[in-house]
Amino acid sequence: MSVARSLLSSVRTAVVRPAGRRAFTSSSSRLSESLFVHRDTDYNNPNISFEFDAANMKRAQEIIARYPPQYKKAAVMPLLDLGQRQNKGWTSISVMNAVAKLLEMPKMRVYEVATFYTMYNREPVAPNFLQLCTTTPCQLGGCGSTKILETISTHLGIEPGQSTKDGKFTFIEVECLGACSNAPMMQVGDDFYEDLTPETTIKILDALAKGEKPKPGPQSGRMTSENSAGLTTLTGKPYGPGEFCQPEFQ
Amino acid sequence: MLRRFTAGRSIARRLAQGQAQPARLFSTSQPRKADITLTVDGKEVTVPQGTALIQACEAAGAAVPRFCYHDRLAIAGNCRMCLVEVERSPKPVASCAMPAMPGSKVFTNTPLVHKAREGVMEFLLANHPLDCPICDQGGECDLQDQSMRYGSDRTRFHEITGKRAVENKDLGPIVKTSMNRCIQCTRCVRFANDVAGVEELGTTGRGNDLQIGMYIEKTMDSEMSGNIIDLCPVGALTSKPYAFQARPWELKKTESIDVLDAVGSNIRVDSRGVQVMRIQPKINDEINEEWINDKTRYAYDGLKYQRLTTPLVREGDRFVPASWEHAMDTIRHGLQSSGAKGDEIKAVAGHTADTESLVALKDFINRLGSENLTLDQSLGDAPPVTGVDVRSNYLFNTGIENVGEADAVLLIGTNPRHEAAIINTRFRKSYLQTGAEFGLIGEDFDSVFEYDHVGTSPSDVEAFLSGKAVKGKGKGENDFARIWKEAKKPLIVVGSAVVEGKDGAAVLKAISKHVLANEKKFVTPEWNGFSILQRAASRAAAYDAGFTPSPTSTNTTPKFVYLLNADEIDPSTIPENAFVVYQGHHGDLGAQFADVCLPGAAYTEKSSTWVNTEGRSQLGRVAVVPPGASREDWKIIRALSEIVGSPIPYDDIIQLRQRMWDISPTLVRYDVIEKPSLEFIKLGLQLLSTPPSTTKAASTTPFKKPINDFYRTDAISRASVTMAACSKAFTKKEYDIASVDEAGSAQASYA
Repeated sequence: MSVARSLLSSVRTAVVRPAGRRAFTSSSSRLSESLFVHRDTDYNNPNISFEFDAANMKRAQEIIARYPPQYKKAAVMPLLDLGQRQNKGWTSISVMNAVAKLLEMPKMRVYEVATFYTMYNREPVAPNFLQLCTTTPCQLGGCGSTKILETISTHLGIEPGQSTKDGKFTFIEVECLGACSNAPMMQVGDDFYEDLTPETTIKILDALAKGEKPKPGPQSGRMTSENSAGLTTLTGKPYGPGEFCQPEFQ
Repeated sequence: MLRRFTAGRSIARRLAQGQAQPARLFSTSQPRKADITLTVDGKEVTVPQGTALIQACEAAGAAVPRFCYHDRLAIAGNCRMCLVEVERSPKPVASCAMPAMPGSKVFTNTPLVHKAREGVMEFLLANHPLDCPICDQGGECDLQDQSMRYGSDRTRFHEITGKRAVENKDLGPIVKTSMNRCIQCTRCVRFANDVAGVEELGTTGRGNDLQIGMYIEKTMDSEMSGNIIDLCPVGALTSKPYAFQARPWELKKTESIDVLDAVGSNIRVDSRGVQVMRIQPKINDEINEEWINDKTRYAYDGLKYQRLTTPLVREGDRFVPASWEHAMDTIRHGLQSSGAKGDEIKAVAGHTADTESLVALKDFINRLGSENLTLDQSLGDAPPVTGVDVRSNYLFNTGIENVGEADAVLLIGTNPRHEAAIINTRFRKSYLQTGAEFGLIGEDFDSVFEYDHVGTSPSDVEAFLSGKAVKGKGKGENDFARIWKEAKKPLIVVGSAVVEGKDGAAVLKAISKHVLANEKKFVTPEWNGFSILQRAASRAAAYDAGFTPSPTSTNTTPKFVYLLNADEIDPSTIPENAFVVYQGHHGDLGAQFADVCLPGAAYTEKSSTWVNTEGRSQLGRVAVVPPGASREDWKIIRALSEIVGSPIPYDDIIQLRQRMWDISPTLVRYDVIEKPSLEFIKLGLQLLSTPPSTTKAASTTPFKKPINDFYRTDAISRASVTMAACSKAFTKKEYDIASVDEAGSAQASYA
């Protein structure tokens, strides 16, 4: 225990001790990764108007109709998503306000939802929104997500959490997206690109930069999450209904 | 997210009393839940079904530590401090979120429980700054107290990335935030949403980044915001005006009564030496529960400024300090040389006059042969249209405690949010919990419940109550007229401004006719749906004591005017050449007209009786001594009566209270409401429904709100710096939210 503690404290001293401060009296403060309060900016303030367009309004009404009228606010999550899609992939304060108005709920209740879930982007994102999974299965599977992360970083010249200067790419690290059997993987917009290698990653990035849309799915050529070494079971033709039954049931 | 338990403190009270409330349960339809029995620490305890386990433990006398649980708020169950062991439960359970089960065996004092709570405490302290020495909550901090019991003396938690840091929020001139100290119990969020009606407060982010705030930069614009400071179990929300002023153990605590509105909220005055340091709510389930409004809480600094500390005599165009003898003598001369006889002697009683001084002043003026006793209100010169013979004609008969039972409420010419903020929270509660519907005839206001605006003027009252469709209304399912007809327990709340207004008699006639026509719904043994909402602390007592003019007495032009705390006075009612005496505690409006100012005591400085809008008399207590040469008000009047030569016949407070008993026993039956008989209530309503034939028909002039600036309504709050800041921030909406950088530079990084 004491060894661990001294080890820890030595790490601590090495990592965080600011110059001229003794660790005895102060500890560093851990700030959150993103801001959980809103600050008015010229691109994100309540005066920028946002309204659902006709098509989305129709969709919104369909979504609201799924819930009993007194629980209209249950539609807040799909509506925020709808708003985010219409608003170039990010949920501005105006989108949240529009949803609150549509659902007749206090604005703060919408803000709570929008800040709770990580997939509502509260800052603008580029058209190609790269979300690289770096959770353990992706870190271990295939070539490992660390390599993909380095590839993307060096190829685009940005760190996770940043956008490229040309405004084409935004790159973030995310937690498990549920495609572990095809690790490593990343999500671009709504599409999964799986079984990545540094080479295929660069190919995808180049295609995206040109405005093309590479084929989503495993980049290794296999079908979904089939065994890449070929099928070992269920290789024959599946039998039809009643094939092995008594004649009267065939 | 939030679950609701209806069983609250009332259960504990019922248990303490050992029986249910008599008589009323028989005829009301309130369900009475079956009682269940369980064992807590080997002790059997019986509680109503549906009680939270933590309440059952309390009832058994076992103290359970808690942060998020509060018996007047919804249950969140997020702090986990109240873990207890329940037999045959695989792990400790959060007793606040667990209903008590019959026959279960609960242990609150076992090694498992201690270990669990210590674990919770360790997690809480992992991110809590160690800044108790500079924290205002120190000494009354739940976290501090409970860490004495469950906290470890050293940390096992060395987070390399550091402690969680959250930026402070600027909620306005009342609430000071230090968000690093927050433990996310969400009591403030639940209070703001459920009680105060501030739906802008919430939680943003998740997990370790969860923080309390409004997301956008905004102040907490509510007249009840100060309560979140009391609710906060740590020092995250502290009081801005009281910041770094005192420690709780230095303060002398005096339980008293608030007089800044007519609700009569029970308060605790915390004082140090001769100074009131702060005012806190005192629990009274029948009136203010556990809340007080911001004016009650923060107008106390007005007690330090603009005070009259010595008698003042006007010489030319200036006031000269004088001795009591000189001042009294000047009044005697003034009275003689003014030549005032009979009704030419006029007394005006203001909003914050206590009952004792009202009775003494009435006796004094009557002894001088005058009936000219007026009130400091518009048309205060005329006898009140409600009359003073039947108490139920001018009181809030329904009772503050019972307003939640109403299923339809018609507000006439009143804004309860400003005139009685505490009653307004009860409306909010019934709006949320029982689905009460509200209608308003009068000026629109920023409400914490939805209402149907069914009219604006006295004639609209007549039209609405006679069932005629009000213009532009009467459509749709949520039409209030239909709800009103179908209501089982309707409640009419008439604002004091209506009664004082020109159309008072006509409006009351329409209302009383409606009430009498539907008396089965309005006036029953358990329910009285006709209530007048007073807004001045002295008003009910003035009516009770008969401090009203006789019909002819005000026809004279007064030559001698005695202003008792009268600071809302219309200057045109004071004749140019009259001799004017002002008795009061502040150099506000009334003192400007005076020839002699007599310094009285403010409500924290005298032990006096106050009758609230329900007619409940309560005794305020002395917290600090009156400043300078000022004296208790009734004593000043007693002394003056002797000098003038017609002494009033009581020498001490006991004799005075006997006199009050003679006038009306209700004045000295403290803390209870005298319920009149049904016959008497109906008799009163009949009086109202047959006003004198001179009464004019109801006009179409819209009702006006009597209070435009909630934070500046009387001499005390007008002298208060905090109230001035609130008025600027919330009434005028001129508040610059301090930017985070500014706030950050003033803060050292501790711990």
